[in-house]
Order: sequence, then structure tokens, then C-alpha cells
Amino acid sequence: MFSRSIDHAVHLILVLCVVITILTTVIVVVLLGKESYLFFQQVPLWDFLFGTRWEPLLEPKSFGVLPLVVGTLKIVFGSIVIALPLGLLIATYLSEFASTRFRSIIKPVLEVLAGIPTVVYGYFALTFVTPIIRTLFPDTQIFNAASAAIVVGIMILPMISSLCDDAFQSLPNTLREGAYALGATKFEVAVQVILPSAAARVGAAVILALSRAIGETMAVTLAAGATPQMSIGFLESIQTMTAYIVQVSLGDIPAGGIEYQTCYAVGLLLFLMTLVMNIIGNHFITQSRKIHL
Amino acid sequence: MNRKQRKLKEQLFIWTCRVATWMAVAILFTLLFHVVREGIEWLDLDFLDSFPSRKPEQAGIKSALWGSVWLIGLTAMISIPLSLGSALYLEEYAPQNRWTRIIEINLANLAGMPSILYGLLGLAVFVRYFGLESSLWSGSLTLSLLVLPVVVIASKGAIRSVPLSIREGAYALGARRWQVVLYQVLPSALPGIMTGIILALSRAMGETAPLIMVGALSYIAFLPESPSDPFTVLPVQIYNWAARPQDDFHGLAAGGIIVLLVLLLTLNAGAVFIRSKLQRYKS
Repeated sequence: MFSRSIDHAVHLILVLCVVITILTTVIVVVLLGKESYLFFQQVPLWDFLFGTRWEPLLEPKSFGVLPLVVGTLKIVFGSIVIALPLGLLIATYLSEFASTRFRSIIKPVLEVLAGIPTVVYGYFALTFVTPIIRTLFPDTQIFNAASAAIVVGIMILPMISSLCDDAFQSLPNTLREGAYALGATKFEVAVQVILPSAAARVGAAVILALSRAIGETMAVTLAAGATPQMSIGFLESIQTMTAYIVQVSLGDIPAGGIEYQTCYAVGLLLFLMTLVMNIIGNHFITQSRKIHL
Repeated sequence: MNRKQRKLKEQLFIWTCRVATWMAVAILFTLLFHVVREGIEWLDLDFLDSFPSRKPEQAGIKSALWGSVWLIGLTAMISIPLSLGSALYLEEYAPQNRWTRIIEINLANLAGMPSILYGLLGLAVFVRYFGLESSLWSGSLTLSLLVLPVVVIASKGAIRSVPLSIREGAYALGARRWQVVLYQVLPSALPGIMTGIILALSRAMGETAPLIMVGALSYIAFLPESPSDPFTVLPVQIYNWAARPQDDFHGLAAGGIIVLLVLLLTLNAGAVFIRSKLQRYKS
């Protein structure tokens, strides 16, 4: 009898734990939604999404989020240009060419790279990468998008290489053996057989990495500056969505003011962008797992 | 293309891949080398045992170090039971239906949500709504939510890898479900779960943005005595120093980074040790 009631009690406690995970999402959605709703009562949605001037802290105030989005996209674009080719090459090497021994040494090294806190990458960008860029291009500003994009690229590199490595490893060996039997070289097998077969999961890896780059905060806050502007160059100061949220919270913001609400409006945009990308990425990964198992 | 050219291309490609791999290793060592070179001269016992100061030569990380220890301790105490409970429920109790699928998708998304959004949540819910102010409570509750999905996903893997025969054996001897879970499944899955917990906590230890959001002050010249005290942590202190223009403060930041990385590497080494020595069933 006693045992059975414990069984029910344990069941109930465990259900409560799971409820918290769901509650987190619900609270995030409700919170971002509520504060953004208050924000959009004062600033039209159209002006927010398509305005080209972001000056919420200075008079005359202007709430066009595009400069922040452009800044974020610069980081995302720059980082993926660095991380994708390198990550694919590393994954190909680890999965197709390297010995098991070498693999077992390199994988933990990459894990260390992934485990380094983002604030450390920010420091590295500011004190190591930026001086190098400034020697190469003397008119580069101290805070610039290039330096931040490079370290964010380094940051997402282990994610891309390990997800792609998993993708290549999950392909059946018969694919490779068939191609080799037809006389293909290792290059041809890797590029014409393995890569296309794993395309869906490589795509998923890229999407998940992009989502990580969008949400990256400390490296861009430290290295990319705090100047929201619509521009094309990588050598000037920018501001990303995440860096804006940090900037506002570093000052003392009164709850309920419009500055406080801008954080949540920008946060909502950030949430939606990363959510969509994460859902698509994770969906591709689970789908392709089902096919190959 | 003749055979010779194709072979040449093959060799070229393999070398490109090899160089790319070594480049990643080189980047890691460049980063570590740079930090150590910049920070080593600031690193001494005084640095560990002084409060932050406006004068670089007197500044130290005492409050940040102890703040980090407090914060990670509290985060562990809050997040471990919750995530263990969730993982056990999802693997051992939950029926496989649409709800559990939604919960799992939700977990994957939470694990990928930018950490700064957890900061916004912590600021609105813990700091403002529950009135916890910028205390260790706010920080650790926020970080607990952040690590929760990571630990749950890792623990689920570890629990799933426990062979069914272990459970069936226990049931055959007349054990109840909670007895099977508590006395058989949990101990067998423990090494895997602990690895997940340690890795998640080391992520929490390096988090900066959400703690800035909940107001981990950067200039604190006292040690926290209870969870309701204000605090600062290593990454926030590092950020604060790195954001200043003076070179001396950059050196202090590098010193702080060395301490932080040593702590993180120790934690990670512990995780690797547990994984290799204690794990009975590979997931």
C-alpha cells in the first residue's frame, strides 16, 4: 500500500519538473509578447520593422530596427563565411581521412574551443584580432564588425564541424564502397557522394550555427561597438540586436518606460528569428536520422 | 581528366582538409597563448585575494571568484533536481504521445534559445516580479532555467542507454516503478548524467549576458553572505575590465580569463574522467 502511494507521489513530482520546462517557454512568450504589445501601441509595427534609424535613447527618438538587424546580419554573414568552409573541411578530414587515434585527439580539442566563454572571445577579438586588422587596413575603427564576425566564426566552427562530422559518419559505408569500386578518388567520393548525401544535415548544421551567431552577445558587445547604422562595410562600428539589449541594461532602466520596452521588442524579434531557425534545423536533423537508421 | 590529374586533386584536397583541421588547433593555441602572455604578469595571490579597484595594481577578483562559486553552487542545487526529475519522467513515465513530442521539441528549442533572452526573462520575472532584486537568487534561478534543457537532454540520453534487461530484472523481483527508477535506472545512468551536469554547469560558469541583465554588479567590494546578497561573477568582471580602454585593465581581464579557463578546464577534465572511468553503458 505504502509503496503504491509513493509511486503516485513520485509520478506527480516528476510531472511538476517537466511542467517547469514548458512554463519557461510560456513565460518567455507571454513576457516578450506583453511588453512588445505595449511598445507597439506607441510605435507602429511598420515603423519598427522598416525604419532605418535606431535612436531610442536620444531625442528625437526613432525606433527603426533595421540598423540593428543589418548589424546582426553582418556578423552572421561574416561568421558563416569563415566557419562553413573550414568546418566542412575539418568534418571531411575527421570523418573520411583521419585515423581513429587522431580523431580521438582532435575532437576534444574542438570541444574545448566550443567551451570557451563568449566573453573570452570578445576579449580575444578586441586585443588580438582588431590590432591585426588595423595593421592590414589602417582606417579600420577600433570597434568593427570584421573582428567580431571573425571570432563568432571561430565560436561556431566546432558546432558546424561536429554536426557535419556526425552527418558524414551516419552515412552507410556501402555508399563509399560503391563509389570506390567504380574507381572514384577520395576527393570525388567526398565531394560528389558524401557531401550531397549528407546535404540535408549539413544544411541543418548551418541553420543551427546561424541561429547561434544571431544570439551571440558578449563578443559583439565588446568588439563590434555600439553604433547602430545601415552600412555595407565591415571595418566600421556597428550594433547588433543583442548588443543593444546589453547596452540598455547596463544603464539603469526604469521598468515600464519605452527604453525598457524596446529591449523586449528587440528581444521578441530575436526570439522569433532563432526559434524559426532552430525548429527548421532540429527538424531536418531528426528527419534525416530516421531515414538512415 | 586523366588519372594523374585526378590523383593530384585527391592529394591536394586531403592536404587542404588536413591544414584546415590543424588551423582550428592553431587558433585554440593562439588564443590561449595570447591570454596567458597578456595576463600572467597580473596573476598572483594578491590578485585572487583583492577586491576590484580603480587602481589596476590593487585590483583583484576576490568578489568575482566567490560570486562565481556561490552562483554555480546555487544553480547546481536548483537545476539538478529539476532536470533529473524531467529526464526521468520523460524517459521512464511519460506515454509516447503528441504531448511528449511537443515537450521534446520545446526542450530542443530552449537549449538553442539565445542566453540573453533568459536574461530578459530573469530581469522581468525574478528581479522585478518576485522582487528578488539583483541578488544571487535572481542570478542562480535565471541560470538554472538556462542549463535545465541542456541537462535534461544529456540525462535523457544517459537514462535511455540503460539496458531494458536491468528494469525487467527488477520488475521480475517485484519492484515498484519508483524502486526500479531509484535503485536501478538512476545509479546505472549516473555517470552519463553527471557528465551532462558538469558540462552544463561549466557553461553556466562562463555565462555573462544573462547575468549583466539581472544586474550582477561589476564593482562589489564585499563577499556575499547569503543568497539574497548582490554579487558579481568572473565573466562579468572580465567584461568590465575588457570594456575599458586602458591597457592595464586589459591585462587584468586576461588575468581573470586565465583563472576562469583553469576552473573550466578542471571541470571539463572531471567530466572526461567520469565519462571514461565510470560509464557502464554508452549512449
